[in-house]
Amino acid sequence: MFTYIIRRLLAAVLLLFIVSAATFAIFFLIPRLVGSTPETLATRYVGRAATPETVNLIAHRLGFYDPVWLQYGRWIKGIFVGADYSFGAGVEHCPAPCFGYSFVTHQPVWPELLDRLPVTLSLAIGASILWLTFGLSTGVVSALRRGSVLDRTAMSFSLAGVSLPIFFTGMVALLLFSYKLGWTAPGGTYTPFTEDPGQWFYALLLPWLVLALQFSAQYARLTRAGMLDTMSEDYIRTARAKGLRERDVDIKHGLRAALTPILTIFGLDFGLLLGGAVLTEQVFSLPGLGKYAVDAITTNDLPKVLGVTLMAAFFVVIANLVVDLLYAVVDPRVRVG
Amino acid sequence: MSAGLPFLEVKDLKIHFKTDDGLVRSVDGLSFSLERGRTLGIVGESGSGKSVTSLGIMGLYNKRNAEVSGEIWLDGEDIVSAGEEAVRKLRGDKLSMIFQDPLSAMHPYYTVGKQIMEAYRVHHKASMKVARKHAIDMLGRVGIPQPDRRVDDYPHQFSGGMRQRAMIAMSLINNPQLLIADEPTTALDVTVQAQILDLMHDLQEEFNSALIVITHDLGVVAELADDVLVMYGGKCVEFADATTVFDRPEHPYTWGLLGSMPRMDRPNLDRLVPIPGMPPSMINLPTGCAFHPRCAYEQQTGGLGSTLRPELNRAGGDHLVRCHLPKEERQRIWLQEIKPKLEA
Repeated sequence: MFTYIIRRLLAAVLLLFIVSAATFAIFFLIPRLVGSTPETLATRYVGRAATPETVNLIAHRLGFYDPVWLQYGRWIKGIFVGADYSFGAGVEHCPAPCFGYSFVTHQPVWPELLDRLPVTLSLAIGASILWLTFGLSTGVVSALRRGSVLDRTAMSFSLAGVSLPIFFTGMVALLLFSYKLGWTAPGGTYTPFTEDPGQWFYALLLPWLVLALQFSAQYARLTRAGMLDTMSEDYIRTARAKGLRERDVDIKHGLRAALTPILTIFGLDFGLLLGGAVLTEQVFSLPGLGKYAVDAITTNDLPKVLGVTLMAAFFVVIANLVVDLLYAVVDPRVRVG
Repeated sequence: MSAGLPFLEVKDLKIHFKTDDGLVRSVDGLSFSLERGRTLGIVGESGSGKSVTSLGIMGLYNKRNAEVSGEIWLDGEDIVSAGEEAVRKLRGDKLSMIFQDPLSAMHPYYTVGKQIMEAYRVHHKASMKVARKHAIDMLGRVGIPQPDRRVDDYPHQFSGGMRQRAMIAMSLINNPQLLIADEPTTALDVTVQAQILDLMHDLQEEFNSALIVITHDLGVVAELADDVLVMYGGKCVEFADATTVFDRPEHPYTWGLLGSMPRMDRPNLDRLVPIPGMPPSMINLPTGCAFHPRCAYEQQTGGLGSTLRPELNRAGGDHLVRCHLPKEERQRIWLQEIKPKLEA
């Protein structure tokens, strides 16, 4: 088991390097192939009004004239040991992990990422609690009352939930609950938990619900299918033959077995969300990683894009790793030596 | 126990299932009785209704589409009319069951010990520690080596035979008075089958429980059963003590079963005589005798076979046969035509 964990950890690190190289190549190599020059990159940093001399100087200072592999190496080095940048007057030290400076705001990227992370984390954790609760319970009840009115209603709703995109449900929910009824906070009023827990909850409630709606629907269907599968297993009959109460048969034997594949999917979903719930954050103007990514892309802010991409990749890889390890805990049959 | 009444008495049991294709009459008017310490073998092909009978006694049929009528008296209590909760309390305690495939019948995510402890704790107020002691004890009694260590193993870490032993341990943990074994050896290696049968025989004597063995394997019946009930099309077609069934069976279907049983003591294995045709559809049973389309002697019933449903008639003593052929004719056919062939 221990060697397995080590092996998986090494694989995860390798994977992150590959992802970082690939993203770096996409943003620094491919533009060159279609005619972008070091000067065009530098122009983004200093703005269009700058003289060619300034642009040239900046391009030198940021190392845009160096070969791409050297720039990549410098970027990676910055992440591990930090980097020094000289801007005109003096030398500025960017401590590790250094993801460079924003082209637009000239602020270091890493502290901004750290700033945005709690927002996304709050959104993802709150929503996942909601969708696990709603999704699993609906799925279980639907499976046990298969074909009933309740099952059919729940499944129709969940079909709608799966099909409707967040930019639609989110907009409608905002319009209805925030602007017409005034029950929930309007967009863009996010307050950190540490400042005002009440306001934090109030601002996140609607995003949680909207995000959870989509996932609940999907998880309800997954749970239902899983439960229907396991409830027809021989060991369920055995559990009944032992004289267990039906509730224990359903939960301890049925749901227990049906949960395993759901755990996998949950891990991946959660990992993806940590990289930024792009649509939800955009619709509700939540200053999280997803919105950060969108802003970075629309302003062509390469260091930001690189940073947020690598962070998202990091979460997905970690989530995968955790799921794999948890799987061995959950299913004794996959425990390896 | 109520005086005079048999320990288990099944009267006119009918278990029908409503399906989209029609009413499936899996069990259609079955009656038998069984005393403690005795073993009844129920034999028949797949789909003859033998497994449904066992699930009926356990109350494990699907309540949503099953129609059950008749009576199942267990130690003075009618299981059919008893409430759901009352039957649940009996299950695993007073009546218990061993299933065919011990791998799929055990939960893959719980240790063998946990599953046995759970069976114990459903019916006893006992701490985990006490339940665990019982589980280890029981695993030892069914012949699991080092039970105090194996108790923490998962089912997949057990071999097939050990799993069935563990399954037996689980079903015996509450000292049941009626044990139903549904094809207990079918999924096992031939070498292990004999061990499991021996084990069941010994444990039955030790616990003095009534045992119902459901099987299509007459070898298992020969090994364990005192009485034999042959089922066809949801009905009993022949009932007798085991000696009678093997020595002077009277139903053509029983002859067919005996003919399709491979026997090591028979010199010519190519003399296996399969029963022609297929088991009947339980939705549209053939008219008349359910077996008549496959019966070699149907011609000799003078047309009765395909028109009139035969009754289960006494053929002497406790020997019951459901057949239109006259008794003398059946005995003649067995002695002159069937028996010599089987022993050739």
